[in-house]
Amino acid sequence: MTRIVALLAAVALAATGCIGTKVSEVTPPNAADCQLNLAINDWVGYYADAAVVSYIAEHELGCIVTQKNLKEEVAWQGFATGEVDAILENWGHDDLKQRYIKEQKVAVEAGWTGNIGQIGWYVPPWMVKKYPDILDYRNLNKYAKLFRTSESGQKGQLLDGDPAFVTNDAALVQNLELDYKVVYAGSEAALIQGFRQAERGKKPMLGYFYEPHWFFSDMKLAHVKLPPYETGCDADPQKVDCDYPELKLDKIVSAEFAEDDNAAYQLIKKFRWTNDDQNEVARSIAVDGLSNEEAAKKWVEAHPDAWRTWLPPRS
Amino acid sequence: MATATVATGGRGLRRVRTRWLVAGVIVAWIVLWAVLRNRFTLALEPAQLTTVHGWLNDLRSTVDASRATSPVFAYFFDAIRAAIDAFVSLLQDLLARPAYGRPVPVIGWLGVVAIATWLAYALAGVRMAILAAVGFTFLGLQGLWEDSMYTLSLTIAAVVLALLIGIPLGVLAGLRKGIERVVTPVLDFMQTMPTFVYLAPLTLFFLIGPAAATIATLIYALPPVIRITAHGIRTVSPAALEATTSLGATRWQKLLKVQLPLAGQTIVVGVNQTMMAALSMATIAALIAAPGLGQTVINALQALDVGTAFNAGLAIVVIAIVLDRVTTAASRRTERVRRADASHLRRRRVILGVGAAAVIWAIWQSRTYLWSARFPSEVDVGPVRFSLDLGTGIVNVTTAVVTWIQENLAGVTTAVKDAVTYALLNPLQALLGGSPWFVTALAILAIAFALAGIRAVIVAAGCLALILVTGLWGDSMVTLAASLVATVIVMLFGVVVGVAMGRSARLDQVVRPVLDALQTMPAFVYLVPFLGLFGATRFTAIVAAVAYAAPVSIKLVADGIRGVPASVMEAAKSAGSTTWQTITKVQLPMTRRALTLAANQGLIYVLSMVVVGGLVGAGALGYDVVAGFSQLELYGKGLAAGIAIVLLGIMLDRITQRAAARASARPGGV
Repeated sequence: MTRIVALLAAVALAATGCIGTKVSEVTPPNAADCQLNLAINDWVGYYADAAVVSYIAEHELGCIVTQKNLKEEVAWQGFATGEVDAILENWGHDDLKQRYIKEQKVAVEAGWTGNIGQIGWYVPPWMVKKYPDILDYRNLNKYAKLFRTSESGQKGQLLDGDPAFVTNDAALVQNLELDYKVVYAGSEAALIQGFRQAERGKKPMLGYFYEPHWFFSDMKLAHVKLPPYETGCDADPQKVDCDYPELKLDKIVSAEFAEDDNAAYQLIKKFRWTNDDQNEVARSIAVDGLSNEEAAKKWVEAHPDAWRTWLPPRS
Repeated sequence: MATATVATGGRGLRRVRTRWLVAGVIVAWIVLWAVLRNRFTLALEPAQLTTVHGWLNDLRSTVDASRATSPVFAYFFDAIRAAIDAFVSLLQDLLARPAYGRPVPVIGWLGVVAIATWLAYALAGVRMAILAAVGFTFLGLQGLWEDSMYTLSLTIAAVVLALLIGIPLGVLAGLRKGIERVVTPVLDFMQTMPTFVYLAPLTLFFLIGPAAATIATLIYALPPVIRITAHGIRTVSPAALEATTSLGATRWQKLLKVQLPLAGQTIVVGVNQTMMAALSMATIAALIAAPGLGQTVINALQALDVGTAFNAGLAIVVIAIVLDRVTTAASRRTERVRRADASHLRRRRVILGVGAAAVIWAIWQSRTYLWSARFPSEVDVGPVRFSLDLGTGIVNVTTAVVTWIQENLAGVTTAVKDAVTYALLNPLQALLGGSPWFVTALAILAIAFALAGIRAVIVAAGCLALILVTGLWGDSMVTLAASLVATVIVMLFGVVVGVAMGRSARLDQVVRPVLDALQTMPAFVYLVPFLGLFGATRFTAIVAAVAYAAPVSIKLVADGIRGVPASVMEAAKSAGSTTWQTITKVQLPMTRRALTLAANQGLIYVLSMVVVGGLVGAGALGYDVVAGFSQLELYGKGLAAGIAIVLLGIMLDRITQRAAARASARPGGV
């Protein structure tokens, strides 16, 4: 109530006195020069990439950055309309590259982010101590009944994340003849919460997870080994029977954006950092509760050498 | 007297027969299940695709590939997209984002609040003007001004287009029986189709972005205004029409001078419904890159941040309350203003004039001074600095409350979840999905026949056949089981709370606004705390569906109970009935039609939440749709799943509607 009164008072004061900064005294962002529409996918590692690139684009290059929360595949659809200029952390997606880069020619690759991605199946640390042989997929059926939940019935539960994430899990369960059922938790945060609860309560959990991720510095999740990856073993999504490949995470931009070649494009093309860098920013966001921008600012101030090289040479 | 008794006896007999028939079918079904279970179930693994899904995938690739070359895209879809894009962009420039080389939108917050207040006064009077001013200012205090304006821009764009298309179409449908007959089934289809389902096909033609988001919102918001306008035109009193005909008016004169003005009040009700629908869809449109509050809500869901999601959801509720109350008051007022006396009108005109001047001043302010352009987060009054940030408080309190509940009630909630899952959901799912498909289909048809008659059976048979074609029989049965359980819970709430509200006007007054808020709060908001309480399970999806569907059913039951004639209640009381007896022997039987209608609407609302449930571990059709929306090779399967949901909806709708019609054919019937 006091706030409303204060606001009314301020309005009244302003009405009589016309106080304050004038709009004309604020420099408008120069829209013509450098605009960036950034797709945001739903995991904290991506947020870290996006936060740092946005921060530097805005504060060093004076760009206008618009962030859009989109699922991975949906973001690719935005290249054609200019709705999306760039995706900062792409996990493989050879089918999408085929369609949008080779066939429709609306997108182009913009290089490696410096991060190596590894998707896999993980169990909380306490389980490895108690069941040392659980890390081999051939023993998973032996332990299936441990992982039973109200959702998986007589089978064990394999917890996946967002239905939009890159996953072969349903096919893997089927093709490796595992006595498991895939249940989707819906998000990265739900997976993390699941692992935390499992470790705290010493409850069994088998879940989809990935590196790089800050969560590994909190909890040493143990990686369950599947049959090793060989080129082409995941070509048919219905017949996959091997582990996930190591992925060089890369950047994809719209063809038009690359052609314009503005400062933001230059930045994105040169953007490259390590898993540790990403984890540092991701941790600030997810654990310390900083806003994306604060987290980026903190990292940018602490590592000037790391990102100076991403800027265009001063002329 | 004698005939009446005989007729009642005959009806009673029929009802007893229906019950035995349904019981018999279920017993036979269980026996067959026990013998044949897990054979011929047509269950499909999540990664498995059928030929039909392959075709749909190919269809998409073809459309996608022709985008650059086909004239259909160049001259039709792209043209529509460009036009709508321009319209939405204009609104966003006006209200939401820096535009025309300035660091702020064309109209700042002070200007928008002034315009909203003035409009509310002009349309609906002083009290609504205050509501609009407080409501819009509150959005700023929440720290969500910019997001709210993006959402408002999208809503306005969709509503304007919906009215441009809907009112003429509604008038036509009201005048011509033939047109109405064509339009009605299309509208039925649009309304049973869950909103998620058409996002994927829509982006195929219009890509992602504001245009596609507006069209998605438009599709969802269009049916009410068409229906209600048609209804308004049709119910104009024939006497008034005849009078003008005898005066020699042309058809146009009749329409413009008599039918439209007389239907005006009803049409405003349609506008109100369309606005509400558009606002609720504007959130989901965030999934295809619509900026605004929906983005905040969905982002918060990903991070399981209940506080932020609730704050943004609350902003949507506030906008909804303002729009709803103002248009509702406006529709009641049209009549009063016309009858007001001259002095009253003169005073009103003076206030409007002065108000208009104030609005222009406010707009000028908001274009000139920063404090009235961007919503300030703090303000100096003399030497004292006041914070204008309510948002952080709302976020923190919500987070604290939800955390406490999650930490302290986890035992209880798990027990509830397990009880419902093992006692109700799993057996039902086993019966529906574990029986051979032909057994389940026959059983459903037999039950439909017993409850709703032969015409419902024909529709149901068609729907079931098409579900077979989609290749998703197994998933459909899992979804059907969860939907039925959710509907049962919805009806429990509907009857208990609805009866209590129907019997006590005071309780009604307290509860109704809560129900309104639950209905406008985007479903994603309450998904987050439920996810914390019940984990990624089918039960979480059921609870979310119940939260969404129960308000409608409760309201319908409450209205039904209130509709029981006072004389009947008096008679029951004077016959010495107890409260329990009056409820069970008089009020509930007298509202049988309202009850079946509540079940019908409950089911439809539950089904429209199925997809959202797919996001939190419910699997089945909901998951198929979400995955199809986000993974290339599952596109066709997702589309098929969307169609399967619509088919389930049409089937259940027809069965319950026919059953409702039967119930009302035997009025009272104790």
